[in-house]
Amino acid sequence: MRALTIARRELYAYLRSPLGAGIIAGALLLDGVLFYQHFSVDQKLLSAQLLTQFFYDSSAATMIAGLLLSMRLLAEERQTGTITLLNTAPIKDRDIVVGKFLSAFGMLTLMNVLTIYMPIMIYLRGKVSVGHVAVGYLGMILLGAAVVSIGLFASSLVRSQVIAAIVGAVILASLVLLWAVARAVDPPFNTFLSGLAIHHENYRPFMNGTLQFDRVAYYLMFTYFFLLSATKVLEARRWR
Amino acid sequence: MVTPESVFPALPGSLIFGKPVIEIQELYKYYGDRRAIGPLSTRIEQGEVVGLLGLNGAGKTTTLRVLACDLLPTSGTVRVAGFDVVERPDEVRAKVGYLPDRPPLYDDMTVREYLGYAAKLRNVSKADLSRRVSDVEELTELGEVRNQLIGSLSHGYRQRVGIAQSIVHRPELVVLDEPISGLDPVQIMEMRELVRGLRGTHTVVVSSHILTEISETCDRILVIDEGKIAWSGTEAELSSNLKQEGMRVGLTLRQAGATSAAAAEAARAVLSPLDGVRDVEILEPAEPGEGIATLRIAISTDVRDLVCQTLVGAGLGVLQLGRERELESMFLELLGEGTDQPRRQRRKKKSAEITAAADEKGAS
Repeated sequence: MRALTIARRELYAYLRSPLGAGIIAGALLLDGVLFYQHFSVDQKLLSAQLLTQFFYDSSAATMIAGLLLSMRLLAEERQTGTITLLNTAPIKDRDIVVGKFLSAFGMLTLMNVLTIYMPIMIYLRGKVSVGHVAVGYLGMILLGAAVVSIGLFASSLVRSQVIAAIVGAVILASLVLLWAVARAVDPPFNTFLSGLAIHHENYRPFMNGTLQFDRVAYYLMFTYFFLLSATKVLEARRWR
Repeated sequence: MVTPESVFPALPGSLIFGKPVIEIQELYKYYGDRRAIGPLSTRIEQGEVVGLLGLNGAGKTTTLRVLACDLLPTSGTVRVAGFDVVERPDEVRAKVGYLPDRPPLYDDMTVREYLGYAAKLRNVSKADLSRRVSDVEELTELGEVRNQLIGSLSHGYRQRVGIAQSIVHRPELVVLDEPISGLDPVQIMEMRELVRGLRGTHTVVVSSHILTEISETCDRILVIDEGKIAWSGTEAELSSNLKQEGMRVGLTLRQAGATSAAAAEAARAVLSPLDGVRDVEILEPAEPGEGIATLRIAISTDVRDLVCQTLVGAGLGVLQLGRERELESMFLELLGEGTDQPRRQRRKKKSAEITAAADEKGAS
């Protein structure tokens, strides 16, 4: 319950400041430009391929926006000293983390929802299934949750938002590039590393409209791991 | 009309003086390998207004943060309202209202929104929320700015909002860290009224390095020095205790045709042998001018007239002679700051180290 109170306050902060709107507008612009490139210029693609390409492009915008939205969550509270209000209130550290996560995740999901006009255009002019669209969006939302959890974890480590964004970007880039590392190593490590990569092997089925529950479980566990890590960082700070 | 008593009615079961609200035993807190506090043991009873007095870096803020469960102790036992801060932190937090030295305010919220948010975080029910916020706004005289963004408020109002958030949930213990910091004289008077208004109905711990502030608002003083309780008692007890050991006298004099240093040394040479003079300390000259020197004299009996006569007899003109402010003098006496130069330097070094260590921890 306290987590929802915190989430409401954070959503309110996003909506009142130009930061939230700016990040969403920038990500939507990126999405729109990439979509235009494929939709209008590169007309050789089939509609299903175009939809797959849309989900691929949107994943980049989602990852960038997710990091930027989450960089302030805890770092700003520490920088301004408002973390004391949360630390001295009768709430668990996990509620603080969940509340913060929900707010950034909510904003990111809002951004994802605002891209729906692009799949609708493909749907109206081509031949794609609603299931493909739905699974693609599920993948994007799960990827967004994972990225926000990384950003939140990075934000728990430092008090500068910029450094939090850099730390988050380094973690995210490492996890994205694991698939490339996997190509360079021998079995069975290649399978293990490509299974860990946040984007390539795990996101591709969603792009293609295939719902695989092990991939869903991967993103959920991934998000849980980083939220738990952020909670432990908060708990540890009280002892320092 | 809203009064502290109406906003903070007596606790259920009525107030029981003598019942401890805070019990601290052998508390230690380290930042890395630097000891910030410890060993620290004390108890504070229900309804008391207690002042935590100490120099910067003495351990006041760390102690208060432990009481508010913002920090956990390295070792020792701290119980607030019967609950251990390590084992039952949520119960403790529900019973404590805390104003840190830097009020935790969101600039993008209005005063009313912020107080509502703080109340919700502290488990105030929806039914009570609006009334509690209105009451506390009126008590802290925030009514006229209730719909303004906190970012647009003056320092005084921001401090009041900080106080308001710490009491909006009617806590059993109110912990205020330097509450008058940066306030103007009128606001200081109002803040004192507010703190005094909590006396008897709630337990209050106020920290300050401003001596008059503590003596104006508190029933009891805890002097904290290098992380330990150096002394505990009322101002009157402290005064009578130290008066037995004499008093301190501030002295400004002038010797025509001499340098300040020479004038000071000349004064020390004639004063030190006097009966009743325990110590003569040379300070920075209190005012500019050739041959002007300032000294502080510790005397065991009241020999001020003799001091004056001796100086004049030695060709030293007395510009000013008077007892130092009572409480200030007592404070310095307690902390051994008056004459112990190496100790003062050690303290400055330690204070800087602790501050740097705390900053480093905070920045990482």
